This record gives sequence, C-alpha cells and structure tokens, in this order.
Amino acid sequence: METTNQPTASNRPEGAELESEARRDAMQGEPPFTEAPPEDSRFVRSLKEAGITAALVGALTVFFFIFRTDIGSGGLDLTLRPELWLVWMGIAFGARFLLSYFIFRAEEPITRYFKRPSASRRKPLPIGKIFGVAMLIVAIFLPVLLDTFLPRQNRYLLDLSILILTYVMLGWGLNIVVGLAGLLDLGYVAFYAVGAYSFALLSTNFDLGFWVCLPMAGLFAALWGIMLGFPVLRLRGDYLAIVTLAFGEIIRVVLLNWYEFTGGPNGLLGIPKPTLFGLEFSRGDDGFAAYFGIDYDPIQRFVFLYYIILALALLTNFVTMRMRKLPVGRAWEALREDEIACRALGINTVNVKLSAFATGAMFGGFAGSFFATRQGFISPESFTFIESAIILAIVVLGGLGSQLGVVIASVVMIGGIELLRNLTVLEAVFGAGFDPTQYRMLIFGLAMVAIMVWKPRGLISTRIPSVFYKEKKKIGADLVSQGEGH
Amino acid sequence: MSSTMHDTNDTPAAHARWTEDPVLTVEHLTMRFGGLVAIDDLSFSVGRGDITALIGPNGAGKTTVFNCVTGFYKPTEGRIVLRRGKKPTDASIADLTKTGQQYSREGENGIYLLERMNDFRITATAGVARTFQNIRLFGGMTVLENLLVAQHNHLMRASGFSIAGLLGLPNWRREAKRAKDKAVAWLDRISLLDRADDPAADLSYGDQRRLEIARAMCTDPRLLCLDEPAAGLNPRESAELNDLLRSIRDRDGVSVLLIEHDMGVVMEISDHIVVLDYGKKIADGDSRAVRDDPKVIAAYLGVDDEEVYEVEEDLHRDDPQAASMKTMSEGDQA
Repeated sequence: METTNQPTASNRPEGAELESEARRDAMQGEPPFTEAPPEDSRFVRSLKEAGITAALVGALTVFFFIFRTDIGSGGLDLTLRPELWLVWMGIAFGARFLLSYFIFRAEEPITRYFKRPSASRRKPLPIGKIFGVAMLIVAIFLPVLLDTFLPRQNRYLLDLSILILTYVMLGWGLNIVVGLAGLLDLGYVAFYAVGAYSFALLSTNFDLGFWVCLPMAGLFAALWGIMLGFPVLRLRGDYLAIVTLAFGEIIRVVLLNWYEFTGGPNGLLGIPKPTLFGLEFSRGDDGFAAYFGIDYDPIQRFVFLYYIILALALLTNFVTMRMRKLPVGRAWEALREDEIACRALGINTVNVKLSAFATGAMFGGFAGSFFATRQGFISPESFTFIESAIILAIVVLGGLGSQLGVVIASVVMIGGIELLRNLTVLEAVFGAGFDPTQYRMLIFGLAMVAIMVWKPRGLISTRIPSVFYKEKKKIGADLVSQGEGH
Repeated sequence: MSSTMHDTNDTPAAHARWTEDPVLTVEHLTMRFGGLVAIDDLSFSVGRGDITALIGPNGAGKTTVFNCVTGFYKPTEGRIVLRRGKKPTDASIADLTKTGQQYSREGENGIYLLERMNDFRITATAGVARTFQNIRLFGGMTVLENLLVAQHNHLMRASGFSIAGLLGLPNWRREAKRAKDKAVAWLDRISLLDRADDPAADLSYGDQRRLEIARAMCTDPRLLCLDEPAAGLNPRESAELNDLLRSIRDRDGVSVLLIEHDMGVVMEISDHIVVLDYGKKIADGDSRAVRDDPKVIAAYLGVDDEEVYEVEEDLHRDDPQAASMKTMSEGDQA
C-alpha cells in the first residue's frame, strides 16, 4: 500500500490533495474521523426538539384551533379560541420533551426492557404459541363466557365476534395469496362476492341447504380464482395490483347490472339459515329448541352461527398451516422470494400461482357463503372495494404470512372500530359534546400510521421456517422478500 | 452430428469424448436481439461425464448460450439436443426434429430438443439444472428449505398434489423424510450442515455459491450448468469448489457445463474448453490445446488478427503455459 501510493515526481499532488494526503498520513491507516461538534446536554437538546415540535403543531393547527365558525344568524359566527391552540401546543411540547428526554436522547431509554435480548442463550418463551392457544381457548368458550359475564350485551358482542371471525377467515384466505405467494391482490372481495352469490342463487333457485352449497360456493370461487389467475400470470408489481383491483370491480358491476340473474341493486332475499342436521333454529315444534326440549331463545342461532364461522376459520388456518409444510406451500414462498430461481428448479410457476389464487379464493368463497346465510340478504353494496382494502389492511398490519398477526389485526381493526363507538369515557376528557363515532376513523387512521411507523412489516413480521433440521429459528423480516407489488 | 464439430486445432477431435458420446449438442445456434447478433451460428458439444468450460471475454455471449440451453431465451435459430442414456442415432434425432415434438423418451433413454421446451420443463423433464451469475437463492427461507424447494416436482407427486399431504398419508411422510435426508446429505457434502436452519441470505458469499450448486443438484439433473461459480471466491473456497465439481462429475456422474473467468479453476478442472468471442466459437478442445491457441490469446488480449502470429511467437519464446495463462486471466478481469 505504502509503496504503490507514493506519488512520483510526475504526478505530485497539489493544494487540497496535498492536504488530504497529509491528513491521511497523520492518521496512519486509521479511518478518517472528523471532530464531533460540541454537544448540548440532554436536557437542552430535548428542550430544543420539544420546541420545534410545538412550533410545528402550532403552525399546522393555527386555523383549525384558533378560529371556529358556526352557522349563526345572517352568516357565520366566528369565535376565537386561542387557549385551545395554546393547550395543544403545550401538550405537544410536553409529550415530545418526555419522549426526547427519557427515550430518544437517554443513555438508557426507559423502553430498553421492551427490546428482546438478542444474544441470550436461553431458549425464548414461545409467546406466540402460548398466545395463540390462549386465544383459541377463549374463542371456543366465548359464547359461554359472554353468557356468564356480559349477559346483557350478549347478542351484540356475539354478533361482533362473528363479524371479526369472518374477517379473520378472509384475512387468512388472502394471506395465502399475498403473504405466502407474494401476489398483491386488491380484488379479493370478488371471491367473497362469488361465494355469497353462489350460495344465495343455489339455495333460492334449487332449494339447496347451506351445507350442500358451502363446498359448491368454495368450488365456484376457486374457479373464479383460476380465471383471474390466468390473465395476471405474467403481470408483476403494480400492474398485478391494478388488474386484480379491476377484477374485483368487474364482478361487482356485473352483479349490479345483471338484473334478471342477480336481482341487481335489490339483491337477493330469503337466503336460508343453516341447519344442524336438518334442525332449524326456529320457534316451531320441529326446531332445535323443541327437539332438545329446551326453551327457545333467539341467541341459540347466533351461537350456532358463531361456531360455524369458528370452524370454518380454523379449517382455513389448518389447511394453510398444513400446506406451508407441503411442497406446494413451499413453492408459494419460493415464488415470493424469487420467481426466476423457481423456474430454474423446474417448478411450473403457472401452476403454483394458480393454486395460490384458487386456494385463497376458495376460502373467500366459504366466507362469502357464510356471510350470505348470516345476513339472509345480499346485495352488491356489501362487496365494494373498501372491503378488499380492509382485508388487505388486516393482512398487512398483521404481518405478511403471519396467521396470528391476522387474528390480532382483525380484532383490533374490526373490534376496535366498534369499541370506539361505545367509548363514553372519552366524553369525560373532551367534554360532553364529544361523539367518539365521529372521530373513530381518525383514531383508526392514526393507529394504522403508528403501527406502520413502529412495525413497518406488520405486527408479527418474523417468518417461521416450514421445516427444520435441529432448531426452529425465526427469520427476520429484513431477509424475507415481500414478493410482487409491494 | 457431423456438422456440429469443426475441428479448429490440433486435437484429434474424432477421438474426444465430446464427439463420441455427447450429452448436449448445440447446433448452429443463433440468437439475435433486434439487430444485435449475440450468438452467431455456434456449434459445440458437451461430453457425457465431462466438465466443459465455456470461456471468452466479457460480452462474448456465454450467458446467452446458457440462457438458450436452459430455456430462458428462445433461440432465433439452431437446435439444442440433450441425450440421456444409450447413445441415440442421428437418424432418430432427425426423426424427432421432423415430428415437431419436444422430446422422445424410452425408459432411461431419451432425446430432448431443448430449444422447443420451456425453462421449467427443461429442468423438470430433460434434467438440466442451472445456477445464476448473481446468486438467486431464496434468501428468506432456510438453507434446508432451499434444498427442499429444489425437490418440488418429486415431492409434489409424492404428496398426491397436496391431497395425500393434507391427509398426512404414510407414503407422503416417508417421501418427505427421504427428501429431507437427501437435503441433509447434500448439506453435509458442502459442509453447511451446521447452517441448515439459518436463512440462506445470512450465509457468506462462498457458502451461498456452494448452496446454489447443491440446490441445483437436488433437482437430479443429468447436466449441470454453472454460470461463473467461482466468481468472488477466495483461493481456499475456489479449491473447495474444484473438489465439489469433480465429485459431482465422478460420484454423481453428472456432466457439468460452466462459464468461468477464473482461469485457474478452468484449466485445473476442465476436460474440455470452448472459447467464444463475439458470439462465435474461436477454439474448442482440451485445456492444453486451448491454452496455446493463438486466436484465444488474441481474443483475450484484444489483438488484431494480423498480430495473432506475433503474439504466438512471443509466447513460444518464454514459458508458454505460465505466461499465457497469467495474461489471459488478468486481461479478462481488467
């Protein structure tokens, strides 16, 4: 190094070059350091940051907080509320100061205990597994728990649980396509719709029951999954997302306009309720209650529906987990990682993609047919793009490819929105006129932004290998590819 | 067949293995991208049980040949024949070409016209596996999983296209166990067994190269195509690679076709070297013949045709082998 870099007489360095060489020599092979500028103390820096934050909040909210307009006599009444503005700036200042002082600028942040000890020798507790099993047990005994502890809100909460479980199932279904195979699908609601309409049309036209129609609805949806799969086989990234989005809309528009077949905007009525081996959950003499000699209660039907969707969701989970360990599931994940390498290994990527679309669509179809039987009425209104977006958001927030993440995200997203509706506690904070339902979308959006900032790859972002030799090690999200369209 | 070999040097090609019993013959291969002719009427053979190196300066069209052989490109013209098992006659190959079918197979013997087949089908049915110049592992999957993905087609049939697998039938379980054993055996062979449960992206560069070769071998190929397997390896890793490639040739009986810039590796392990320049074959023979070929040296040094003979004279003046090889490898990497 020294000998080759010696300048010869012909190319003698000058000026700045000379200076930098002198500096390099002085450092004697050490990497170049620059002198650090003198640092403020922790307190001063935190104050500075808090000041900047408060100024930003002040600038952003000056018009919203200071001026309030109300419709008054002969125009608008303007009220000034500078104190509100100052209070919010104060809150921002205080919050940022605390964050800076105790976390961002602290030598030992108070959040350090949250950090996983990375190099610990001990085998970490399988928190995910324990949590999953606990959730499953709660889910199985939920109707009993609700009946015992919250008998007055029993029906409402059970209905909400059914809704959450429907989204869990949809999320798990979409997780196959997006999380495992890495194919971004923005039109998943189409399969939900196909499943719902299949069941509704089959049952009303041919007088078939829920249990006969359920597999058929799944089959039809899978067929549509393959039909969607073919045109998008060669598409990648954004283009794939756009075409799937269009597909979802096409299905909805067809359902809306094919009046003779689907009833158009009026939808389909009189979809039969599911039966338990032919026993209906009705008041009549041949109903469930009468057969077992117990008192009739409308809640029985809800409990039954709850267990159907729970079983369907668990079936989805079981099949997905099982398939991950099968060659087809491994091929899905390999496809997400590198499609060209898959082809070089002799894997027919067409079949792999189609199988992912079909399997995901099938579970969407099951969920759709459950939706139809639960509602008793369906119309194209239920299958708009926002549904696709919510399901996708559940998958993304939960963590692509993570089954448990989808459950948590569903509970938070669907249950959380509903919960905000009932938060009368907030009235105490914001005054009597505060209506939480008006702000729930705002709070919801904030929560989503927060999760994406702290956990950009979703709540549970680690990947668990499908097979192991000695030890099952989790794989960090930074190594796992996200596939097409992310 | 006779048209495939053009003897360009002193080697008695008539007795060489690659003319006697080729596993792959590339005949009059031409590949054009718009107006650019990447490969121009190229013919060569790869002998069964040989390690064949495809060398040439940057941009000579080596990777294009690879992509044609493995089906990632459809050649503009030409025929690429892969032969398995007993030596098929030229007549049977001509018959197959006329029928328009992709391949004909009788038990272990078969003729495959690769230019007609899709990329994945070439690997799945003809038994040609490949690696990539820029390593293409499944980075987020473990080392072991990478090797199991490579056994996809076999496992797919064993799992009854997922039905038997979902039910967990004993037959499937046995096959899954066998596949895992095979993967473990390969990991042991490339000395990566202790990394079996680590994500592939965490491996060092040299380990990733070896893993990619093992993954290609897990598809049970007859011909293994390696695109610059020694690129970025240190001398020790290079030596390990040589041993691995030799063991693939001798122990597994798999023919190897490789593109390589590292002349040390090429000269040490190759039984047969084909030299390309501007999409044309300029030399074909064993390492000794190619090393002394003035055209090859000229191509690597970038000399005009007239000067070729001067170069040759220069070379013969001092130690011909050492000098030429040194300049070749240096000229290439520059």
